[in-house]
Amino acid sequence: MTSRAPIIQLRDVTKTYGAGSTAFRALNGIDLDIKAGEFVAIMGSSGSGKSTLMNILGCLDSPTSGRYLFAGCAVEGLSKEQRALIRRHYLGFVFQGYNLLARTSALENVELPLLYRGMSRGERREQARRALDAVGLLPWRHHASNELSGGQQQRVAVARAIATSPRVLFADEPTGNLDTKVSREVMELITDLNRTQGITAVMVTHEPEMAGYADRIVTVVDGTIASDSRRRGDGVESEVA
Amino acid sequence: MLWNALTIAVREIRRNLLRGFLTVLGVVIGVAAVVIMVSLGQGATESVTSQVESLGSNLIMAIPGTGVGPSGGSAPGFRLSDAEEIAAGVSGVRAVAPLRMVGAKAVYLQEDWSTQAVGTTVDYFSVAGWAFAEGRPFTEAEFVGARPVCVLGNTVVSELFGQQDPVGARIRLKGLTCEVVGVLAAKGQGAMGQDQDSVVVLPLSTVQRRLAGRLGDRDVDRMMISARDGVSADRVVRDVTDVLRDRRGIRAGEDDDFSVLDTKEIADALSSTTKILTYLLGAVAAVSLLVGGIGIMNIMLVSVTERTREIGLRMSIGALPREVLLQFLVEALVLSLIGGLVGIVLALVVSYVLAQAMGIPYIIDPRINLVAFAFSAAVGVVFGYAPARRAARLDPIEALRFE
Ligand SMILES: Nc1ncnc2c1ncn2[C@@H]1O[C@H](COP(=O)(O)OP(=O)(O)OP(=O)(O)O)[C@@H](O)[C@H]1O
Ligand SMILES: [Mg+2]
Repeated sequence: MTSRAPIIQLRDVTKTYGAGSTAFRALNGIDLDIKAGEFVAIMGSSGSGKSTLMNILGCLDSPTSGRYLFAGCAVEGLSKEQRALIRRHYLGFVFQGYNLLARTSALENVELPLLYRGMSRGERREQARRALDAVGLLPWRHHASNELSGGQQQRVAVARAIATSPRVLFADEPTGNLDTKVSREVMELITDLNRTQGITAVMVTHEPEMAGYADRIVTVVDGTIASDSRRRGDGVESEVA
Repeated sequence: MLWNALTIAVREIRRNLLRGFLTVLGVVIGVAAVVIMVSLGQGATESVTSQVESLGSNLIMAIPGTGVGPSGGSAPGFRLSDAEEIAAGVSGVRAVAPLRMVGAKAVYLQEDWSTQAVGTTVDYFSVAGWAFAEGRPFTEAEFVGARPVCVLGNTVVSELFGQQDPVGARIRLKGLTCEVVGVLAAKGQGAMGQDQDSVVVLPLSTVQRRLAGRLGDRDVDRMMISARDGVSADRVVRDVTDVLRDRRGIRAGEDDDFSVLDTKEIADALSSTTKILTYLLGAVAAVSLLVGGIGIMNIMLVSVTERTREIGLRMSIGALPREVLLQFLVEALVLSLIGGLVGIVLALVVSYVLAQAMGIPYIIDPRINLVAFAFSAAVGVVFGYAPARRAARLDPIEALRFE
């Protein structure tokens, strides 16, 4: 398991917002490797830089300095369009707000990223159904998103993120809007997708219970990584060297 | 990519039909206005032409000055003797009716009605195709004697007399008391929408001596000439022109100071006026289409703001800025095309109803429909561009965070 090459490598990454006297360094020298198949939780207090880190990992934003290799490719210098293409082909996203299209069926919501991949209608339908099946919402496929409960909406969002079979699934506070019971269901879903389908997952959360579902917990404090611990098969945590 | 954008745009429109409807309302109204104006204008032109032509191909008009309408004001009028000479000297002419027209208020007891007094000869009734509902025309003797007798048009009768029988009654016209000897059968609306039945016909001599303002006035405003059957109107026009040039002392090489027109030429002259009006109305309506375009831009700009999170989501899952641009452009285009189509259908219905109500022919001109349709597409693209560009320039992170 440890022999696999990292799919994500960050080297001394910084991110500075603003310029001059109002400049604010949100990330301050981050080094992070994530291997394919890992389930990583990023924790930290509010304002510590979790979302900033996640946005860089998810190619939504580019670092101010440092290197970022995604599957061996340098992405730190890529243009907006090139980053968009990486997201389109290799990444999936789940957000705190589910960001589903209102008045649109669950199936069409899940089809959305496939549409941008230029897939044929038949393939699109098929793959979207499979993703909805994976999150257990196939019977709900014709329901409009606003007719679903919060937990169901987030599961549709997960289905949308995995419909393209992404290399990495990013989730920023996926359970932030959900109560504990539903949060657990969503976490079990992500854990299950990680275990059975081998989807690499990176999740931001500030709830220790949700972080507990991950194999590995990275804690960010003031823009630097303060701790990085991995859970063994026996449940005992250990620091990553 | 285009097909993709179309799929996404159509889904987006279907998702919010009310918003789509509000967006295109302006275009619907604009396109409908253009098509309605132009098709009604064309109907009016058609009705002018056909009404003038229904006067018969053997009717010829002589008017002082050149051109129809008020432009000919300065040229001297004709004389009764001009009419007599044309009737006697041009072989193709059947009859000539000189006309002298004076606006006058007709009064009978308590009732009054502003109308047109026409002084003419007995031939007028046959030349202009009037039938008598009651009574008789004035006689040659009454004409020569400049007697105060008159024949009333249908409208004047109904305004002054209601259900009473006017024949034998005396009405007052500008202080002249005259006896009603006949009533004309109704003709209805004229070529320019005027009421042809609002008329009082008197002997020319009576009008010239007793109604026209100036003493010793012998002018004739125009002449209606009817050609004999089987004679070419062109030849009669030429001969009449020669006689009039001679009588008015116009030397060879000098321009005419009068016009002689056959029905076709009259129709052309009149319809050129309604055509200009049609284009003017169409242009005004086109402005409303432009306003409709601004409506599209307005609502789409609002909708870009409202849909910021959606745009952020699309970008986060890999939509390129130019795909977002294209999506919004195609959305605007599809909406305005739908608006154009709806507008055309609306216009067809409304102009049919209006044409019926106004009694003019219902004309569908495919060209104006096409032009309006193409224009609405152009409006969509032009006014959809600014909102589309704004959407494409959004930053995915900020857009997703947008509340
Ligand atoms: N676009 C921006 N411009 C300026 N400062 C920013 C911007 N985005 C984030 N920051 C700042 O960077 C710091 C880290 O923000 P970030 O959103 O990464 O925090 P976080 O760990 O996700 O917090 P939370 O748990 O509240 O979501 C914060 O102090 C924030 O104010
Ligand atoms: Mg955050």
